Amino acid sequence: MAEVLEKEVVEKKPVAKPKEPLFSKKNKKLLTDPFDDNNPITVQVLGICSALAITVKLQPAIVLALSVVFVMAAGNVIVSLMRNLVPNRIRIIVQLVVVASLVVLVDQVLKAFVYDVSKELAVFVGLIITNCIIMGRLEAFALGNKPWKSLLDGIGNAAGYGIILIIVAFFRELLGSGQLMGAQIIPESWYLANGGFYSNNGFMLLPPMALITVGILIWVQRARNTKLIED
Amino acid sequence: MNVNSNGYTFGFAAIMVVVVAASLSAVATSLKPMQDKNVELEKMQNILSSIQIEVTRDEAAEVYQDYILEELVVSEGSLVQGVDAFNVDMAKEIRLENDERNAPLYVAEKDGKTFYVIPLRGAGLWGPIWGYISLEEDLNTVYGAVFDHKAETPGLGAEIKYPIFTEQFRGKKILDDQGNFLGIDVRKGGSSTDYEVDGISGGTITSDGVELMILDCLKSYFPFLKEYAGTTATAQLNN
Repeated sequence: MAEVLEKEVVEKKPVAKPKEPLFSKKNKKLLTDPFDDNNPITVQVLGICSALAITVKLQPAIVLALSVVFVMAAGNVIVSLMRNLVPNRIRIIVQLVVVASLVVLVDQVLKAFVYDVSKELAVFVGLIITNCIIMGRLEAFALGNKPWKSLLDGIGNAAGYGIILIIVAFFRELLGSGQLMGAQIIPESWYLANGGFYSNNGFMLLPPMALITVGILIWVQRARNTKLIED
Repeated sequence: MNVNSNGYTFGFAAIMVVVVAASLSAVATSLKPMQDKNVELEKMQNILSSIQIEVTRDEAAEVYQDYILEELVVSEGSLVQGVDAFNVDMAKEIRLENDERNAPLYVAEKDGKTFYVIPLRGAGLWGPIWGYISLEEDLNTVYGAVFDHKAETPGLGAEIKYPIFTEQFRGKKILDDQGNFLGIDVRKGGSSTDYEVDGISGGTITSDGVELMILDCLKSYFPFLKEYAGTTATAQLNN
């Protein structure tokens, strides 16, 4: 009995410390780091698969980015809340179940409320489950940190992923179809068919160009951020 | 408590599965009516769109009542009674032989003219494709077509749902001079005749799917359509 009491006293001590503010410097870093220094796509080179598949057009890329933000933030918080309860041997399965249920939830809600967008995304919503960034963050961060930090980390990483998707989709849709969000941007009179000088680059619509676009992004990022340059 | 013991692990897994299953089925069941409504309204939108009437999803139900006069089901060359045409599941019907299908037919009237709207369903590259095609009173000229798909590649096969592809079908013919059914050729490398449309570059398999779908789905209607339209059309021709 005495032993238990003693243990409780020891555990209470850290709580007495002044509470860390919600947006302390360290917490802010969790949110902003993934945008640049630790971007999941351009630095960690994770989640490349979906970055290639759904960036042909801007609108699905934006909706997918938002869906990933939701799944990752909620997934991180749930796993973080359960972190002391999850048996070590089945933790990957537990993470997978959490992610899969959240993705099914997103899919169902999209189908009921924004039917057109959900049709546009079709299989790609389901593919969020296999996004390595999500599992990576659950395993590497949420299992070892408190819910608030996990939430920030989740939002940060998903947004860092999303911003790359949106940038890549912007260039691919503009150069590949001459459109943005489905609206014609390149004037019709420029096209060869109408006596102009311009033609859409059909290659931009194919996955290899997404890889090259991501490559150019990585190049630009490293040129600006010298911390990332490896020896 | 030892969270790594076998008993705890099994218990945790069991509870997790039950909780997840229950909450997901609750969500799915509660959202189902809204999802079904969306699908139904979209179908009405598509049918209307095939006779060149574009409406928003909200107006679809009302406008549909105004333009669609009859919903029929055709099987083995004659009318079938007691089957709800709107709810015929084309995915199941296309697995049967052409003649044995319960094939829905929508008769529409717009600006005093009759149009016949025929639902289509076939296979694309990654999944099913479907659509509606409307024929003018002569049962030969295509008045309009809409296509949709489950999972074709965006920017390639998925382009079949956009006007740049569907608009080409307007005014195309599906019968030869003797009145035999030909279908519409979705071609690679430019269309030149009344029986051809331009395929989509990079979407050859989907384009071929559209061609086969039209061929397959329209065939079974012809004996019946001629007979059915004959009653109204001859009256008009004679005038």
